[in-house]
Amino acid sequence: MTEPDPLVLIIEDEQQMCRFIRVSLANHGYRVLEADRGQLGLDLATSHNPDIVLLDLGLPDIDGLTVTQGLRAWSQAPIIIISARGQEDDKIHALDAGADDYVTKPFSMGELLARMRVALRHATRTGPDAGASVVSIADLRVDLARRLVFVADQEIHLTPNEYRLLVVLLKNAGKVLTHQQLLREVWGPNHGSDTQYLRVYMGQLRHKLEKTPARPRYLVTEPGVGYRLRSE
Amino acid sequence: MTEARPNPDELLRKVKEEERRSRRGKLTIFFGAAPGVGKTYGMLEAARAELEQEKRDVVVGVIETHGRYDTGALLLGIEILPRRKIQYRGITIDEFDLDGALKRRPAVLLVDELAHTNAEGSRHAKRWQDVEELLDAGIDVYSTLNVQHLESLNDVVAQITGVVVRETVPDSIVEQATELRLVDLPPDQLLDRLREGKVYLHDRAQRAAEGFFRKGNLIALRELALRQTAERVDADMRDWKATHGIDRTWATTERLLVGVSPSPTSSRLVRAARRMAGSLHASWIAVYVETPASIRMSARDRDQLALNLRLAQQLGAETVTLTGEDAAEETVRYAKKRNVSKIVVGKPTHPRYRDILGGSFLHEVVRASGDADVYVISADVPVAERPPREKSVRPRGSWRPYSAAVAIIAVATVISAMVFGRRELTDVVMVLLLGIVVVAMRFGYGPSILAAVLGVVSARFAVGDTAHVLTVVIMFVVAIVISSLTQRIRAQADAARERENRTASLYSMSRELAGAVSGGSVFEVAVRHVADVFDCKVAILTPRPDGALESAAGGDLTFVPGEKETGVAEWVWTYDRNAGLSTDTLPSSRALYTPLRAGKTRVGVMGLLPTDPRRFGDPTQEQLLAAFTGQIATAIERARLADTAQQARIQIETEQLRNSLLSSVSHDLRTPLAVITGSAATLAESGLDGATRAELLDTIQEEGQRLNRLVRNLLDMTRLQAGALQVKKEWQSMEEVIGSALGRLDARLEGRAVETDVPEDLPMAPFDPILMEQVLVNLLENAIKYTPEGSPIRISARHADKAIEVSVSDRGPGVPPEDVEKVFEKFFRASERKGGVGLGLTICRGIVTAHGGRLWVEARPGGGAVFRFTVPLEGEPPRVDLELEPTIEEKAPS
Repeated sequence: MTEPDPLVLIIEDEQQMCRFIRVSLANHGYRVLEADRGQLGLDLATSHNPDIVLLDLGLPDIDGLTVTQGLRAWSQAPIIIISARGQEDDKIHALDAGADDYVTKPFSMGELLARMRVALRHATRTGPDAGASVVSIADLRVDLARRLVFVADQEIHLTPNEYRLLVVLLKNAGKVLTHQQLLREVWGPNHGSDTQYLRVYMGQLRHKLEKTPARPRYLVTEPGVGYRLRSE
Repeated sequence: MTEARPNPDELLRKVKEEERRSRRGKLTIFFGAAPGVGKTYGMLEAARAELEQEKRDVVVGVIETHGRYDTGALLLGIEILPRRKIQYRGITIDEFDLDGALKRRPAVLLVDELAHTNAEGSRHAKRWQDVEELLDAGIDVYSTLNVQHLESLNDVVAQITGVVVRETVPDSIVEQATELRLVDLPPDQLLDRLREGKVYLHDRAQRAAEGFFRKGNLIALRELALRQTAERVDADMRDWKATHGIDRTWATTERLLVGVSPSPTSSRLVRAARRMAGSLHASWIAVYVETPASIRMSARDRDQLALNLRLAQQLGAETVTLTGEDAAEETVRYAKKRNVSKIVVGKPTHPRYRDILGGSFLHEVVRASGDADVYVISADVPVAERPPREKSVRPRGSWRPYSAAVAIIAVATVISAMVFGRRELTDVVMVLLLGIVVVAMRFGYGPSILAAVLGVVSARFAVGDTAHVLTVVIMFVVAIVISSLTQRIRAQADAARERENRTASLYSMSRELAGAVSGGSVFEVAVRHVADVFDCKVAILTPRPDGALESAAGGDLTFVPGEKETGVAEWVWTYDRNAGLSTDTLPSSRALYTPLRAGKTRVGVMGLLPTDPRRFGDPTQEQLLAAFTGQIATAIERARLADTAQQARIQIETEQLRNSLLSSVSHDLRTPLAVITGSAATLAESGLDGATRAELLDTIQEEGQRLNRLVRNLLDMTRLQAGALQVKKEWQSMEEVIGSALGRLDARLEGRAVETDVPEDLPMAPFDPILMEQVLVNLLENAIKYTPEGSPIRISARHADKAIEVSVSDRGPGVPPEDVEKVFEKFFRASERKGGVGLGLTICRGIVTAHGGRLWVEARPGGGAVFRFTVPLEGEPPRVDLELEPTIEEKAPS
């Protein structure tokens, strides 16, 4: 790699958590910047222009949503939310406001690194899906140019909406997409609250693509938040 | 052999009285026959003695020295409280500063002229009310009083001197006084002092003075004062004897009853009854009987009645309003019920023919009275000129009924003219009578009289000769009788309706109150009903924890008292008496404030801001209001107790939970912590081989996860326990939630066969996905924990009778039949070795129950356990119209 190591900004007020993340990330070749307040985080982001931001939701000064909006006003750097259980609503708001993904405390470093990799890949558009006309994940293969879907080399017939839903998920493979985001992408801006549609189509899609729809391999539910296409 | 032991009831009363008195300040009254006898001087002398000999904290609240040198000299060295300035119609008036006195809190306070009327804008109308408040606050009070200001002697004094004294003090105040000190001066000396100008009389009194300060008057007044004091000494003596068991002859409990009417002369009757009751040491009851006729009483009569009843109350009577057809009968019946020994009634003042026609109240009472004595008191000295009788409240003046009467009689005349000749005369008369009865029934007394007159005229006309004069006259009399009877029935019906309305309004409120569980709904119901029945806006004020009152109810029908009005409400709260509009205390307020009291507990204050302020003088309204406030207070108290009980229950449960947690959890929390810190410490040492390091790291990770599960369960349990669990129901797919639960446990399920069985057409169900996932995760974790490694787990869901039934089955040891309920109890653990706190299943059941479903465990055929739960399919599932799908060309993905 000729590029410098990616710069991570951690906005987190708990010192122990910060230390743990800093040590682990440094060990994995990231450069780390820390802020224990939301406002300081925004300032550091402006001055250092980080490649990715880890944002804790329970900051003492300003809430995560405000920080997300502040960052998104000028930066496209991926934001990963670090949330605790019981913060579902805040999490969804932050995701809808432009955050890229989330992990829930307690999380494993492996989980966080995987999310960061996915987010960075989407940001730099260097992943396997970017520009490629055929994408395959395990047994699933989608020919984007010819609009064909195969599972274990068996062609699967999808309705136009099912196909569009799959493509949106595929383009964001590994990343969580909120109900809102999916509805907007697939059905347009006027169907923002019809989560029932989404559930029905998701169910149909699972039954067509998954071997065990009740224990999905690809189309994973994030309860209360949205869906994710598991890419690994 | 009569017992020399005091009557226990009597003793108890004494003890209670003494208890109350020890908390209350002592009142010493310097009592005199007339102004100028030296009461103020006597009071100051006594005060100096207290100050100099007893070293007590004596302060002058208010004293009128009227510039007299010797009186002024006595004031030297005594602290004088500054007066309060009141602006009233441009004049500044100096008044006694009650709040200042309460704040200063001296041991003894001197307050001259007990009968003084306070300037408008003061808290109380009368100074004796100020004194009451001071006594309640535990301050001893010295005050002065002349005999003519004593309420029960008021009219006697007026009779003797011809001067009506308006400033009076209730006898009860004087009776409550700890000490009554007579300040006596022979009339001659008083007259000398008067001539020497030593007696101060203000301008108003100057005019009356000539008549008042005559020797004859002074002698009579002195006698009254002496006698009053002697009676008082006598009463003290009796008290003393009673407490010391000396008196052998116990007075039989006499009870007096006095009939009160809306007549102004009734006040005289009340005073007389008070005097009789006083000399007999008897309790007394003032009774007013509401008859159908009195329902239509004029507003002025109502006011007068309210005044009379209030006077009786002030003089210490128990006041009662009865309802009945016949006043005499009702009075006697009540007297018998209450064991009344003496009935006091007024001497009739109306002409005799009315007794003959309508029956005499007096005769009826005397005849029915039985054992009770009846005292007839003359009421020939009206205190004030009786006002001209006002028209009845109900409007009657319309011309319509009269024209209808004319029309009906005209029709009857035509019919009778047609039948006459062919029929008997009686038929003609009957037709006309029928017309009159119809008029009487429909239009009341006036029109029916007109109809009777017209009927007679037309009968005379129809009959055409004078031979049947008698028939016509009898017809007239019959017509009158019929119409008056009909009238009476109507009046009774009206009265009954009015009573029924009141009862019904009270009943409908109590019924609604019974259904109101929370404090909020009680307030809402109370406000609605009170506003409706009393035609007013309502405020309900309840105390905050810091003691200040705050509005407890809101809405269109309520009003928020301003700062001044809140002061009134606070006074009501503190002294537990009505105040504000239509009362003697702070009458300038816009609203009436009444305490809400359930038994002995004060729960708040209710304010009524009437649309028509005059409505509140009415005794029936007052009684109705008392009934309402009683009901409301009880309901508020009940709601509050329920809240408290609920809180106490939660408190106890939380306490229990905490205790069990401490005992059972500490171990479970410490173990993983010990392992983690131990392993980490070992890792820090050098010289470990790779395998050991890996093993230690695995241990740390596992224990960390275990700790996480523990904490999660504890938090969930706390949330369930505190009632903070919010179920956000949305139509969800059970398949999805099963999928995500399994996803969360991927790592722990490794090496196990997981079978899922979810039909493709399983309907959606309303539930909270996050909580439901938690249920599944807990059930699966349980299955993982209690079954051998590698044994299979099966999850299935099916559509079952208006619900979705989900089951998690394993091939473990199963649950013993005796434990099938216990496993859901808090802190139950099937095995101590497996770790965990025993909350997982409790949480599951809590969540499922919150969704309206059921969770239970069964034995699985072939071995193992099946945990099943249901999620009811309530409500209409959302329609998802799949045909809305646009074609692929329309919005092709790029």
